[in-house]
Amino acid sequence: MSVRSSIAVLAVLALVGLLVYGLVIKGGSRVGVGDPAPTTSLPQLEGGGDGSLAEYKGRWVLVNFWASWCEPCKQEAPALEAFQRQHGGAKFTVLGVDTRDLSGDGREFVREYGLSYPQLRDGDGGAAHDYGTTGVPENFLVDPAGKVRWLLPGPVDEQYLEEQVEPFLPQEKS
Amino acid sequence: MNGAVSKAVGVLLAVVTMGALLAAPSFGAQRASLTEIEKQVMCPVCGTLLQLAESPQAQREKAFIQRLIAKGKTEAQIKDALVAEYGTEVLALPQDSGFSLSAYVVPIVAFIVAAVALGLGVLRWRRQGNRGGGAAPAGPKGDDAERLDADLARYDL
Repeated sequence: MSVRSSIAVLAVLALVGLLVYGLVIKGGSRVGVGDPAPTTSLPQLEGGGDGSLAEYKGRWVLVNFWASWCEPCKQEAPALEAFQRQHGGAKFTVLGVDTRDLSGDGREFVREYGLSYPQLRDGDGGAAHDYGTTGVPENFLVDPAGKVRWLLPGPVDEQYLEEQVEPFLPQEKS
Repeated sequence: MNGAVSKAVGVLLAVVTMGALLAAPSFGAQRASLTEIEKQVMCPVCGTLLQLAESPQAQREKAFIQRLIAKGKTEAQIKDALVAEYGTEVLALPQDSGFSLSAYVVPIVAFIVAAVALGLGVLRWRRQGNRGGGAAPAGPKGDDAERLDADLARYDL
């Protein structure tokens, strides 16, 4: 094979490699039970500064991806708030992640449903991509070591939280 | 006197024309419209142009744009606001800075490289043709030439 042919073959291979890399990067796969939960740093939805799941290491965290335009998110918000009021403390918290949403609409949603748990803002959907979500809402229960112990690609309700999430949590609130 | 007047009119016309040309882009930039912006930005959830999207998220995005238009924001300001909300992927066309610039530069460079390669190829082909003598191929001789002439005469219109 001549030098020119080798260069042409290499160029084609490089192009194909680039396309495959692009597809892999775009695709993303869902975080599974037992996987370490991504700890992407995100801006706080209200107030300044950034926040991350890493700040809650040592606590159980129910990461809830939501958006103000999502109807099922509206339905599950009261149940999440009630669960937070019942179990939130030094050993557990719900952590909301407002994804692909307008910040003003997100803040309005938090006020409307009186959500007291911490909220991060994922405007470009980068964190949702890291978790491999396919929509909103999606819920991931992360243990104190930072590993996913339970997940639900859909909305939760009070019964679901009592039956599926509560058994993981320590008996005492704090 | 007439010459001076027409000179003055000419200068005045030139100044007015230049002023109009300079003012045109800024005037256009301030007339933002939802229809135009919808063609240039994406619905991040649907992965399509906002113009084609009807999802709840798209409706919120359109309402957001309309609010900014009502506030008198320019097209560029509205696109900046959308990028601040949804990130650069909200833009249907890549930005003309940073890594995104490669989307514009690479095709141009590829075109130039292809044109240069084609030019070099043609030059080499012509050079090889010249080295081969450059003489026109010899025509038929003898009986063949006579037969060819007869055939051509027969088909002569």
